[in-house]
Amino acid sequence: MNLPLMLQHVEVMSTRANHGIDPHMHIWGWEIPVYLFLGGLAAGLIILGALASLRNRTEQDATQANLAPLFVLPVLAIGMTALFLDLSYKVHVFRFYTAFKVTSPMSWGSWILLFVGAGAVFSAAAALLRHPYTRETALAKMGLVKWAATFAEKHRAVLARFNIGFGLALGIYTGVLLSGFSARPFWNSGILGPLFLVSGASTAAALLALLTNNHGEHERLIRLDLALVGTELTLLGLWIIGLLTHGAPTKEAASLILGGAYTAPFWGLVVIAGLLVPATLEIQALRKRWAETPVAPILVLLGGLALRFVMVSAGQSVGF
Amino acid sequence: MSKSATYGMAVDTRRCVGCSACVLACKTENNVPDGYARRWVTQITEGRFPDLTMKVWSDCCQHCTDAPCVQSCPTGASHHEDVFDTVQVDRDLCTGCKACIASCPYGARFVHPEGFVDKCTLCAHRLGAGETTACAGVCPTSAIVVGDLDDPNSDISQLLRARHHSVQKPEAGTQPRFFLVE
Repeated sequence: MNLPLMLQHVEVMSTRANHGIDPHMHIWGWEIPVYLFLGGLAAGLIILGALASLRNRTEQDATQANLAPLFVLPVLAIGMTALFLDLSYKVHVFRFYTAFKVTSPMSWGSWILLFVGAGAVFSAAAALLRHPYTRETALAKMGLVKWAATFAEKHRAVLARFNIGFGLALGIYTGVLLSGFSARPFWNSGILGPLFLVSGASTAAALLALLTNNHGEHERLIRLDLALVGTELTLLGLWIIGLLTHGAPTKEAASLILGGAYTAPFWGLVVIAGLLVPATLEIQALRKRWAETPVAPILVLLGGLALRFVMVSAGQSVGF
Repeated sequence: MSKSATYGMAVDTRRCVGCSACVLACKTENNVPDGYARRWVTQITEGRFPDLTMKVWSDCCQHCTDAPCVQSCPTGASHHEDVFDTVQVDRDLCTGCKACIASCPYGARFVHPEGFVDKCTLCAHRLGAGETTACAGVCPTSAIVVGDLDDPNSDISQLLRARHHSVQKPEAGTQPRFFLVE
């Protein structure tokens, strides 16, 4: 008897019970979301710093121009430490730099990180000598730092464009790293590259808004962050539409955040607490209806971190 | 050494009884650690009682032609070896980044307790010595057939010509060289 398809039952049993693979893949813990978050934050910081430098706004947007470049290296270092901790064969970490595989997003990422790091060293040296709090420190008086700062100031425009280019590449890469896995329908969307880039830039703007004590710069950063949060919400919407319309596996993946196990963290932490609430607080502050509050940028930062945790965790739980 | 063959595997689902002798032979031959398996048995039951059909087969890495693990590996550790064109992991190049595991639609890979990523090698060491794989050698019903897909006279080519067969997850676009004969 041929039963209608919807009445057919399929039961799959397997004797396989490999750790980290069964019953569903779980190979990446906290390290990868933290790395993707800090990578995106570093990308945003280096881009915003370079933009301020390129537009000669080292006075008006001092935090963006002078403090952002100083944060890039420590943020990258912590992120790359998290990445290193994730490796299960740590002694072979150098192997990332003995090959370049054009088909591997992770290989692209390894080399992009190297270039971003190089650009960050020069822009940090220049910022170190510009910033009133740091230019008298022993570090700023070191010969090598002075040489790097002089070189960076001499080639300011070229360095800024270099940092913008590789900052964009790093921000996009943090999303492409996941979207490149065609076996994972939750991730396999071209939207993830721009989404993670915009989210990274938004968290960078939020961090700088927290740090600046210049009212004008604070307002400009908040306006920028609002635009980025709006773009991020649009990209998230497009990503969900893509999941719902690209076939059965992606539709099943979408159900994880549409009633499934990740519904509350995604909508509660990422969308509402991480985007809508801070956007409302920022709009009301700009309209002078509510007082300015550090809560909004803090929520944007936490929302960016939550986005990576939800993405990495949920994406592992579904496959073809 | 230049590529001399394109090896693949076929499992006759009408012969396979799911006895797991192949699983144990693989573990013994390749010293697979406790709690892990390069080879396993899959069983699918379809329909609605009493109209049920069941299919059992011995399963492993599909040694895909368009292998996503090879593409995603950042160091070249995952690669198609030169002689039999099977997918292998070079332990000296593996960083344990797990990109290959995330990219595999078949869940065929795992992290070995020593840190590197491990999976079925299609017993390349035995093929090189002119023998068949441990799983095929021990199979009591001769359900597992291994051979050169480029050679029209090989057992596997003749079997695939004679019988209806399929691959798993064709929508993944990986062009597996592991066939289920029905």
